[in-house]
Amino acid sequence: MTVQSTRAQRVSARAGSVEFDADVLVIGGGPAGTWAAISAAEQGARVVLADKGFCGTSGATAAAGTGVWYVDPEPALREAAMANREKLGGHLQDRRWMSRVLDRTYEQSNRLADWGYPYPVDDKGKSQRNSLQGPEYMRLMRKRTKQAGVTILDHSPALELLVDEKGAVAGASGLRRQKHDRWTVRARAVVVATGGCAFLSKTLGSNVLTGDGYLMAAEAGAEFSSMEFSNPYAISAAYGSVTKTLFFGWATFTYEDGSVVPGAASKGGRSAIARALTQGPVYARLDKADGEVQRQMRVSQPNFFLPFDRTGIDPFADRFPVTLRLEGTVRGTGGLRIVDDSCATTVAGLYAAGDAATRELICGGFTGGGSHNAAWAISSGTFAGQGAADHARHFGPARGRRLSSAGIVALRQRAGRPVKPADLAKAVQNEVFPYELNYFREAGRLGGALERLDTLWTEVSQADAATADDVLRARESASMLATARWMYRSGLARQESRGMHRRDDFPDQDDRQRHYITSGGLDEVWTATRPHAEAVYAEAAE
Amino acid sequence: MIEVIDAQSCTSCDICVNVCPTNVFDKTDGIPVIARQGDCQTCFLCELYCPEDALFVSPFAEVAQHVDLEMLRQNALLGSYRRAVGWTEETKHRREIDRSYLLFGH
Ligand SMILES: Cc1cc2nc3c(=O)[nH]c(=O)nc-3n(C[C@H](O)[C@H](O)[C@H](O)COP(=O)(O)OP(=O)(O)OC[C@H]3O[C@@H](n4cnc5c(N)ncnc54)[C@H](O)[C@@H]3O)c2cc1C
Ligand code: SF4
Ligand code: SF4
Repeated sequence: MTVQSTRAQRVSARAGSVEFDADVLVIGGGPAGTWAAISAAEQGARVVLADKGFCGTSGATAAAGTGVWYVDPEPALREAAMANREKLGGHLQDRRWMSRVLDRTYEQSNRLADWGYPYPVDDKGKSQRNSLQGPEYMRLMRKRTKQAGVTILDHSPALELLVDEKGAVAGASGLRRQKHDRWTVRARAVVVATGGCAFLSKTLGSNVLTGDGYLMAAEAGAEFSSMEFSNPYAISAAYGSVTKTLFFGWATFTYEDGSVVPGAASKGGRSAIARALTQGPVYARLDKADGEVQRQMRVSQPNFFLPFDRTGIDPFADRFPVTLRLEGTVRGTGGLRIVDDSCATTVAGLYAAGDAATRELICGGFTGGGSHNAAWAISSGTFAGQGAADHARHFGPARGRRLSSAGIVALRQRAGRPVKPADLAKAVQNEVFPYELNYFREAGRLGGALERLDTLWTEVSQADAATADDVLRARESASMLATARWMYRSGLARQESRGMHRRDDFPDQDDRQRHYITSGGLDEVWTATRPHAEAVYAEAAE
Repeated sequence: MIEVIDAQSCTSCDICVNVCPTNVFDKTDGIPVIARQGDCQTCFLCELYCPEDALFVSPFAEVAQHVDLEMLRQNALLGSYRRAVGWTEETKHRREIDRSYLLFGH
């Protein structure tokens, strides 16, 4: 059942801009954003959703499709689902959160079935709900978002948040890039669902994901958590964008001369591939898949085969060169720090969902191939949407609130030359792409990269406002730069190897560091540690 | 990257302009133009939404490729992704044949 909410109101505005008055603004229209928007609208909130691209095709899920952590509510199955990833995640998960995410994902996936998502039925007649085809899923989510009465602004990237006199977040503004004007939404609460930051690496569907929400939130004073877990690399054909890694579980990886790369595997042996790639090309062939598996692969992930079918390569018989593309916080686990069950951040009025938020609560320090990200997007989106609607309801009249722009970088008049977006993006990529810097981390190398990134930041923070044509790209590359600095500062602070974070100088996990690393700040980046939930409970019991 | 719009079959409906997440196309008075090819993220989604199968995305993400429209037509490559995911009338049964549940956990 859909509760038809009243719509957000368009109010009169200066020429060259449109303005809306809403209860809740959702920034980003992937799974997290659409679930947030629908949930807020179902609570009776008037909701606007603004997406950089097109809500329904934009973001990692729409292009890639995802496995989903959907587990039947049988205690033994749920227990196994939680237990089997704890070691991989470095024991940083929180059981209470895992269980509420499993509950919510189960409920919402079943609603997708009610809404007409074409889940497949297995031989025994059971509907199978642990995989979602991206285009199909997100087309349905767009439709449901509209039906819930949400006003969708497509091709409308947010550039900055608005805050009130007390520093509470009260809306945002951005561009309508196809209409060549601006939008402003005044709201009582804002959900940041802008996805992660994949540093324009061309990993599938992710070039819209440049960490914009992190920068906007940081400018309003928000904190981050687990940003050291930000270095997953995904396998694809060297020339292609389709970084879908499941099927590489059936691959043999070889050097130029045809000999097998020792230890190389998609799961548990990806670092061997990365090491080999620093020496020369690496090839794959999916020669472990028999005819039956090949047929299942074709119907399950049609996009996986596009790079092969369109180049005349038979991936089961022919060798093809592979590469590893950085996915940053898209399949990492770091993001905006969450402080309560409604996915509120450390700033009043600001909520976070999906990849924009930390996933440490259910993934700890590792997510690869686990379907947890999709479950998190669904659940955190729902929690944040409801939390934001609640906040809006208790807010009282917003009349007379004086709002100001929280955005700084590339938006204000300064003495320096404006940011050159393409150059800045390239400079950041040079520090975050190389395997020897980011895959295999070490104090000296991280420190060197940070010094260069800090120097770039000094320039960027003194740069004059960007032109209308450049401002989106300038903000994107500045967001990448800021993200890289939180990542590496946090990586330096974690002096051990845990989850996906590998330190050559501290190769082992250290029990004394079973804590979270918080980070934040723009001109001065800081880090701090917070205890893991179990340590907190233990202390309270003493 | 997006390489070509087939002027023979394009009806200027502008759907691709709307749905491309990275805003690669521009509207014109006639058929849209690929205005910012370098921004293309090779996600293949414009192909899925084009009702006329008039677009072709090359799988090469970093370098532009020369493509021959006649060859694409002959090899039934135009619209091949749309047919594969079941977004055409003739192939709509494919929308529900995902067998991922048999492949997970390998
Ligand atoms: C190739 C690949 C395969 C994956 N497979 C799996 C899997 O099998 N299982 C799994 O659990 N996870 C998987 N993931 C991860 C999963 O896709 C993400 O965790 C999920 O998409 C997160 O949802 P989201 O809504 O937070 O972000 P996204 O889906 O990325 O959406 C973010 C949205 O925010 C918008 N946006 C960005 N900046 C702005 C701005 N400034 N203003 C307005 N809007 C903005 C974007 O346009 C986009 O629409 C995969 C990821 C990739 C790349
Ligand atoms: S979607 Fe297809 S038919 Fe419509 S304008 Fe684009 S190319 Fe032409
Ligand atoms: S492949 Fe994706 S990014 Fe490229 S033009 Fe098509 S929709 Fe746009």
